[in-house]
Amino acid sequence: MTRSAGASRAAKAFQPNWLARFGWGALVAYAIYAASILDVTWDRFALGLGQGARFIGRMFPPDVSPDKLQLMMRGLYESLEIAIIASALGILLSLPIGLLAARNLMPPWLTWPTRLLIALCRSFHQVIVAIIFVKAVGFGALAGILALTVGSIGFVAKLFAEAIEEISLKQVEAIRATGASFMNVVLYGVMPQVLTRFVGFATYQFDSNLRNSTMVGIVGAGGIGGTMFAAFQKFDYDYLLTILLAIIAMIMVSEILQNAVKKLYQ
Amino acid sequence: MSGAQTSSQAPALEIRNLCKEYRRGVPVLRDVSLTVEPTSITAIIGPSGTGKSTLIRCINRLVEPTSGEILFHGTDLTTLSRRALRHTRRRIGMVFQEYNLVERLTVMENVLSGRLGYVSAFKAWLRRYPRADVEAAFDLLETVGLTRQANQRADALSGGQRQRVGIARAVMQQPELMLADEPTSSLDPKTSVEIMELLVSIASTRRIPVVVNIHNVPLARRFATHVIGMTGGRVVYDGPPAGLTDDHLKQIYGGEDWLE
Repeated sequence: MTRSAGASRAAKAFQPNWLARFGWGALVAYAIYAASILDVTWDRFALGLGQGARFIGRMFPPDVSPDKLQLMMRGLYESLEIAIIASALGILLSLPIGLLAARNLMPPWLTWPTRLLIALCRSFHQVIVAIIFVKAVGFGALAGILALTVGSIGFVAKLFAEAIEEISLKQVEAIRATGASFMNVVLYGVMPQVLTRFVGFATYQFDSNLRNSTMVGIVGAGGIGGTMFAAFQKFDYDYLLTILLAIIAMIMVSEILQNAVKKLYQ
Repeated sequence: MSGAQTSSQAPALEIRNLCKEYRRGVPVLRDVSLTVEPTSITAIIGPSGTGKSTLIRCINRLVEPTSGEILFHGTDLTTLSRRALRHTRRRIGMVFQEYNLVERLTVMENVLSGRLGYVSAFKAWLRRYPRADVEAAFDLLETVGLTRQANQRADALSGGQRQRVGIARAVMQQPELMLADEPTSSLDPKTSVEIMELLVSIASTRRIPVVVNIHNVPLARRFATHVIGMTGGRVVYDGPPAGLTDDHLKQIYGGEDWLE
């Protein structure tokens, strides 16, 4: 084969995707246009950097006076409780809901309403859901728990249903052929195939709930968020830093725990 | 133990005029009729895509037949309610081409899953099987030579070992009929023979009739007591393995070059 023939064949081997290239180009152009509309300029950013430095300067040293620490621990503990209860509720409810939404096991008249319910749970950010529950059941941890439970169902049940839809039906067929009841088919044919993934979703959701439980307090749904928001408003930036460091520590501990749990279910 | 003795003379299974269409107007099984005698090994031979798997799955209704009758010890399986079907499936063991073990469960859990038709969901979840079942499972694992692997996960086993577990799971049901869908097609020639020997010896000691799909003619000749030849969804040979001539094989598989 001659060299020029090789070159022309090499050019043919990879066809350019003009549509995709146009799409990327359009995206970049729009981002630049949107930035100009929103008055995002370098000057404003530079000015902001200076203010940010002053803000960070006022955070040091962190406020560790005993009464403030006690207040923080109370809030942090409430956040942890909200996260644990909401995760437990949400994960437990996600098991049957996810199963009912799996289109390879359930008839359409069941999967459609279930999928609608899951979509509803996913529609709003948890802070918005928290505001709704604060209006419904009043200020406090209950509103936070309900909000995060709804969010957990939206996430875990959806992914659980998708995991079930990807299982090998051969194993299910074999269990069905033994004359097993539907529940036993689920227990032996379905669950072993999705358990590790479910544990993965559940631990991820717990992690997410832990973060969100520190935030729903901002709208009055309990936890450290309320204390943190008050510190913002009173310009107690040194106390704010203490709270932020404590949250980081809590998330890190949870990360270690999650890895341990995932190892257990390998 | 097995209920096969209860009807020693009557056929274990009788299929009459079975038809199956997955899509309207495209029949996969055309008017299949056959009889399975008690304590027999019936081999169904034929090319790939000729409806052997569909036929065997129609028997325990993993695939719903379009028309025809399937008489299992005198009961027509095609008209059973869901509940009655479930109870009948408990009496029919099945072995699969790709073993179909639950990969993430242990060998013991896979063998005991043969009892899932009898155990409540709560007890099955807690692995609280009756003591007699667990004893029987250990005995079966010894029979198939996998005692040491009892607590290994199924996905850690080789193909031949997996199929032994598959056979143990089916026998664990104490079935009155065993269905085997190409049980050796994913295995090497030596292991294939070993698996067929195991299947046939377990079936004969427990007097369980076996219906086995197999496209390997020498294996069918060697192990079957009765051969059904199928092509294009029809039965074209029904008789003893000795009566199977090259002419029959030409009709079943088409062509003749492969016979040499």
